Amino acid sequence: MTDLSEAVAVQDTAKIGPPLWLLAELTYRCPLHCVYCYNPVDFAKTEDELTTEQWFKVLREARELGSVQCGFSGGEPMLRDDLEVIVAEAHRLGYYTNLLTSGVGLNEKRIGALKEAGLDHIQLSFQDSTREMNDFLSSTRTFDLKRRAADMIKAHGYPMVMNCTIHRHNIDHIEAILQLASDIDAEYVELANTQYYGWAQVNRDQLLPSREQLERAERITNEWRATHGNKMKLFFVVPDYYEKRPKKCMNGWGNIFLTITPDGKALPCHTARMLPGLEFPDVRTSSIREIWYESEGFNRYRGTGWMKEPCSSCPEKENDYGGCRCQAYMIANDPAAADPVCDKSPLHNRITEVVDRAQIAGNAAQVKPLIYRGPKESLQLDRPF
Amino acid sequence: MAITTATVPKVGRNFRIQWEPAQDAYVLLYPEGMVKLNQSAGEILKRCDGAANVAAIVADLETTFNAQGLEADVLAFIELADQQKWVELT
Ligand code: SF4
Ligand code: SF4
Repeated sequence: MTDLSEAVAVQDTAKIGPPLWLLAELTYRCPLHCVYCYNPVDFAKTEDELTTEQWFKVLREARELGSVQCGFSGGEPMLRDDLEVIVAEAHRLGYYTNLLTSGVGLNEKRIGALKEAGLDHIQLSFQDSTREMNDFLSSTRTFDLKRRAADMIKAHGYPMVMNCTIHRHNIDHIEAILQLASDIDAEYVELANTQYYGWAQVNRDQLLPSREQLERAERITNEWRATHGNKMKLFFVVPDYYEKRPKKCMNGWGNIFLTITPDGKALPCHTARMLPGLEFPDVRTSSIREIWYESEGFNRYRGTGWMKEPCSSCPEKENDYGGCRCQAYMIANDPAAADPVCDKSPLHNRITEVVDRAQIAGNAAQVKPLIYRGPKESLQLDRPF
Repeated sequence: MAITTATVPKVGRNFRIQWEPAQDAYVLLYPEGMVKLNQSAGEILKRCDGAANVAAIVADLETTFNAQGLEADVLAFIELADQQKWVELT
């Protein structure tokens, strides 16, 4: 998701452009239990996964509209036995194919088969730089396995993005994380601060870093950039809680991103299914063309016409489209409100209160036990975030 | 390395150039990203096949578009493309 902003800047904003980016969430099943997982907290309630044929239909119809970047994620997409055939079909249709994986389930046989299928790139996620922390944060023993996966990815000639979600418990290890990325020879490194959706929202106080931690991590990342040349491209994503303006979420609702959930719902972003009062179409019964251009789910928050104050009269509304609808819903309880990250939002204090708490190490909210993502916890919590 | 008319550029190994009818443009695809190329960038890059040198690319473009004096533009673009790793040079 790096440079798409350049790609869309030249588009005519008056008309609806194509869904350039298709994210296929193949399954919610996952062997890991990340405490910041972006999947819906109540994922365990979802019903049947799409079949191979249904995924072919999605790929075909989206490609006809102009989708060209295709990500396969989850959950853990390697858990789908038909991943290789789905990738092969995407490749045949002319997509650039990206696999977003924890590395669990990658072996010589499958990685070779994926190469043959035409897979273009693999993004491998780590939880931290050391075995102890990686395995603690994912509640699994997967660090060594990930290291082996990284070697296999390189041996098969794939470009590799190493992704590490950053938060209070690993942010002080930035240097070691960068060293790990360099050791495994990643072409790109994403140090993506946790975004507070799904499970991360449940564990928010335990995960949000302090300002001091954040500044240190940014400084070290910049120093690394300055001293190590551009062999490895680094992306450091700050948590929007520390900003005064919201992110231009998804580059605009229904602008370039199309997510298909494991059970066939089409969403403008991977967390939108939490929003109340919006029916998102099912790919089994609607075509991608109907979904993208005609459905209420995609049209509701397109552009700026739906906005309320302070956004509707704001001179900056084209910059950020009012921020994130899910964040507005989670924090302001109204999906059409300004994203409370914005300091023009009357509810901005709900963000700064959380940020203020994060400056006091070891406060009561922070020391609550982390809740791990898992089917049992999902059914127990039984709520979207 | 210094770029001259003898330099042979090739689209970088982690990039793919392809024509996209929906965008009416060549795009450069790479891990999780895409750059939409303007017409001249697209026409230059698709000729970066690892066989033609800059002189040959310039000659081909001048014939195809019935134009002259493109050398400086092509050299400048290849330099930019090299910085972005869109091309590898030999
Ligand atoms: S964030 Fe962790 S638990 Fe969630 S899908 Fe990814 S690997 Fe699995
Ligand atoms: S008021 Fe709304 S449109 Fe203006 S900057 Fe804030 S979020 Fe963006």
